[in-house]
Amino acid sequence: MILHINGAEHPVDVPSDMPLLWVIRDVVGFTGTKFGCGVAQCGACTVHLDGHAIRSCITPVADAAGKHVTTIEGLSPDSSHPLQKAWISQQVPQCGYCQSGQIMQAASLLAHTPKPSDAQIAETMNGNICRCGCYSRIADAIRVAANEGANA
Amino acid sequence: MSTTFSRGSFIRLTSALGAGLALGVQMPARATPEAAADAGFAPNVWVRVAPDESVTIYVSKAEMGQGVATGFCTLASEELDVPLDRVNYVFAPVSKAYADPIFGDITTGGSTSMLSFFLPLRKAGATARAMLVQAAAAGWGVAPGECTTANGVVTHAASQRHATYGSLTAAAAALPVPADVALKDPGAFTLIGKKSVQRVDVPAKVNGTAKFGIDVNVPEMVYASVEKPPVFGGTVASFDASAAKKVHGVLDVVQISSGVAVVATNTWAAKQGREALKVAWHDGPNANLSSEELFADARALVPRAKLTGSKGNVAAVTGRTLHATYQGPFLAHATMEPVNATAHVRADGVDVWAPTQVASRCQSSAMRISGLPADRCSVHTTLLGGGFGRKLEVDAVEDALEVSKAVGKPVKVTYTREDDVQHDFYRPSSVNVVSGTLGDAGNLVSLVHTVVAPSISRRWLPVLYKDGIDPLALDGVANVAYAVPNTEVRYAEQERGIPVGFMRAPAANFNTFATESFMDELAHAAGKDPVAFRLALLSHDPRATGVLQAVAAKAAYGKQMPAGRAQGIALGLWGGSYGALVADVSLQDKNVKVHHVTIAVDCGTVVNPDIVQTQVSGAVLYGLAMARTGKITIKNGRVEQHNFYDYTVLRHDDAPRVDVTIVASSAKPTGIGELGVPPIAPAIGNAVFKLNGKRIRTLPFSDALA
Repeated sequence: MILHINGAEHPVDVPSDMPLLWVIRDVVGFTGTKFGCGVAQCGACTVHLDGHAIRSCITPVADAAGKHVTTIEGLSPDSSHPLQKAWISQQVPQCGYCQSGQIMQAASLLAHTPKPSDAQIAETMNGNICRCGCYSRIADAIRVAANEGANA
Repeated sequence: MSTTFSRGSFIRLTSALGAGLALGVQMPARATPEAAADAGFAPNVWVRVAPDESVTIYVSKAEMGQGVATGFCTLASEELDVPLDRVNYVFAPVSKAYADPIFGDITTGGSTSMLSFFLPLRKAGATARAMLVQAAAAGWGVAPGECTTANGVVTHAASQRHATYGSLTAAAAALPVPADVALKDPGAFTLIGKKSVQRVDVPAKVNGTAKFGIDVNVPEMVYASVEKPPVFGGTVASFDASAAKKVHGVLDVVQISSGVAVVATNTWAAKQGREALKVAWHDGPNANLSSEELFADARALVPRAKLTGSKGNVAAVTGRTLHATYQGPFLAHATMEPVNATAHVRADGVDVWAPTQVASRCQSSAMRISGLPADRCSVHTTLLGGGFGRKLEVDAVEDALEVSKAVGKPVKVTYTREDDVQHDFYRPSSVNVVSGTLGDAGNLVSLVHTVVAPSISRRWLPVLYKDGIDPLALDGVANVAYAVPNTEVRYAEQERGIPVGFMRAPAANFNTFATESFMDELAHAAGKDPVAFRLALLSHDPRATGVLQAVAAKAAYGKQMPAGRAQGIALGLWGGSYGALVADVSLQDKNVKVHHVTIAVDCGTVVNPDIVQTQVSGAVLYGLAMARTGKITIKNGRVEQHNFYDYTVLRHDDAPRVDVTIVASSAKPTGIGELGVPPIAPAIGNAVFKLNGKRIRTLPFSDALA
């Protein structure tokens, strides 16, 4: 099977029902995407499949065949995505473990809803758990990035 | 954040252990072998300046989000006079040279890092600076006192000469290390206490390059998942690995001390192999144990509690006496990064890579399991995806060591979330029985408090555990700020085989719920304002008074609230710091909804105000998750919860904004990673009482309001 991840082709020899998460992490070697629960409850494994946020821990790798997978490593070449810049300016991360998934979820939100309301932010981000409690800064950073996009 | 002992406990800890454990932080004249092998100037084990102008700071503490890497870099860079963006950090190896003065080894816990290292790291930076200045001055033939430093450059203004630190490393390295160097006056600080200082670990945490334990990848590494006895205290009777070995990617199945490990070419295959594995267990004596039995047992132990401390004479007191019993469940830490570790056991050496708060204990495990001496057992500490005290345990490290020893390869063991929830070292369940007597003027004249809980020290720090008494179980009871003239504190240990461990503000995270809820009960019975009632007992303690007054003012405590909303207030102590909190609460869907939290903290000298904000806020939300829905229950000797769908934590829509006010202080820097936890639960309970007249004494709130 050939996977398209972050603009490059990766041939992999894995069972078709193997979750995309573990193919990305253990086989291809992009470790920015995290394992948190394995049952789509925490959002740490969030990546984009053809531009939409999905939970890679419950997505069979076969579902990604012929589609474009984007992980946190491929969001921008140099941490220049407006969300990455906002994550730094708002000093969002504490332990940082959930943040790849938070940023990928937020990037999908902004791609489809460039100026989300507070309610839309809360609803979209509710599937991404942060045990450090960075929630208010996550919302702040999404608003900052949305404003930057609007002004661009 | 970090977790272990309150400041009161350190005093007990260090006095209990004597000078043998309370090592001073050594500052050897020569650097570690690692540092010496690299190019540049390393006048001590903490700081290295390279010819390319880069500066490396060795961090002997685990970075689990609490910002300690930024703290260490800030302290050393402040005195060294280098900008933080030129500073790299690496985690220190296990060595006595890095021992924490409180723990005596490499341990991160108890919100102690800044307290322990505020002066040593500054001195390390100042020493390097003094030697670079001396090297420059000697080269120019001027007095060192005529030179100044800024941004990594030594300047002699009179002759308009400059030298970068990088150009001075060879000359500085040849100089003797001075024994004493002057530290900056706080008024001259450019980094310490400055809000503009950004975290050194954040850039790598927004692009996937930050390496946590679970991300470790070493050549030839294989992956393991361990099936453990479902009943606490159970053992493997027999197992059939034939089906497991047929799973695509499974390499081997081996029995280890903690269970049966499936070894595979990737994490998923190891988990699939486990599902095909058949294990028969000996369930042991806990096969029928339940939470109901445990709580009944705990209440039955109350009369047998031992006196651990007293003041005045409670028996001689007369007045109106109130009694209350509080109860709290076991809790799992649920760090976002599930517990994991990687190890490689070879004939001639061992490497451990782990997201650990206890690198020294990891080394001890490696020595025990390999039979090799310390100098052959290296521990590489990674970033931690949350710690909260869970990573004070070495269970996954020992699993990885044993599996690696069995299969002869480097092995990464990763817990599933279900393993993480069902094989934790839990926040102890507890029963608190409190009585208080009000004098004629409605003043509190006596307080008697009995704690019944399992002991963590018995296993983790047995030197503290004496005669069935665990002093660490009494944080938040034995060391409250209030001056009550007559008091008694008692403790009964409940040991029923459920593994317990430290969890963010251990013991205080439940005991404070009892003490501060009961303070409100007493104030109500006395017909007094809860703030005034507390302040009357705090006149001896300006810092406790300060935070209580600050939060009451900031939140306008007592103001008219909208219908269905109420404010609750509570005071909490942790790690030598003070916190007072007001929660704005309503009742929704048979649970509490916290709309806003205001907290005032006094943590002494502030190293990084933004990190104080985030740590305090994060701890409040962690405590809110514990109190709102958190519970681990036991049935038939096993944990009933599995994953985030039935062990629920705080999500975005239930997380209130936390407004943190820092009360200015010039006291020594004390803990901030856990301080926010203790006061949130009682503040909520005190608000609920105003809303519906019900005094919640059993946590979580979701059970009490069901």
